Amino acid sequence: MCTYATVKTALDGSAKGPDSKWFHVTDGTVYFDHPVHAMADHTLNIDFADPSRGPAARVAVELTAASARELVNAIQAALASAPAEMTA
Amino acid sequence: MAAMTDSMIAETISIAGHGGDQIEAYTAVPSTETARGGVVVIHHMPGYDRASKEITRRFAELGYDAVCPNLYHREAPGAAPDDAAAAARAQGGVPDERLIGDVEGAAAHLRALPHSNGKVGVIGYCSGGRQSVLAACNLDLDAAVDCYGAFVVGTPPEGFPLPITGFPEQIPSLRCPLLGLFGNEDAHPSPEDVDELERLLKEAGKTYEFHRYDDAGHAFFSVDRPSYRVAAANDGWERIEAFFSTYLGGN
Repeated sequence: MCTYATVKTALDGSAKGPDSKWFHVTDGTVYFDHPVHAMADHTLNIDFADPSRGPAARVAVELTAASARELVNAIQAALASAPAEMTA
Repeated sequence: MAAMTDSMIAETISIAGHGGDQIEAYTAVPSTETARGGVVVIHHMPGYDRASKEITRRFAELGYDAVCPNLYHREAPGAAPDDAAAAARAQGGVPDERLIGDVEGAAAHLRALPHSNGKVGVIGYCSGGRQSVLAACNLDLDAAVDCYGAFVVGTPPEGFPLPITGFPEQIPSLRCPLLGLFGNEDAHPSPEDVDELERLLKEAGKTYEFHRYDDAGHAFFSVDRPSYRVAAANDGWERIEAFFSTYLGGN
């Protein structure tokens, strides 16, 4: 099925995108739905984007549900490993 | 039945969609002089992509004038199909009213073509399956095909924030025969959802034909995805061919 559900979040950072160029990322779109490329029926998809630069200003990832959960854990672990004053 | 041909003209054009907006569309028409029906292809949620254009050309090969409107043209003109799908999704997706207007414009385009016999069918896959039924409940079409569209009927799971809804109340308004193709291993639409849609169609006295496939789940027509099931897809294509021949054929 198409899940239709979409979770959006504001982001502040950078991503390396089309033509190997870095760009400022302002928006994150997260959804669990059909992938374009991954060999799975459904994946956790994240678009790191800057809509002001057009639809192509996007870094897309498609992760299996299990690996997406691992990524969440890894992000939490990496943030926890740094001194608290640096990640406040 | 429509005359099969491997000679066709396929190209990108502009058609008038909802509200008169000019939107991009991909069209394939047979290079023959025979009168024929038309088919509006509604692309799946991942977009106006290569697979959707291949399906459009297949209908021309089967002898129909075919057109696939780019439902994401307004959000992302000229963008790659995957980027356009992502941009449209981030902006809330395709409103039902706009979808109906775009299919109406595509059908009008087909009926205005020089070899049109005046008949137009619609087919959609996945989210497009739902949209195909929605269009057929609101527009003067001659045949509609729903390939595993979720949320025609059926309640979204609890706590599941969907920007779309089912529309069981509209089934009595269906204006043309409906062909439904479903996988028995699909969860959305589940076999129970398909039963419910069938019940509503029967109750309203509508003409319909459903085929349900074992060993197939969602998206079994998608040749480039792990969900592809060759037996179901091959049989499904034969059913579509026969259905459109019955309702879109003639001069």
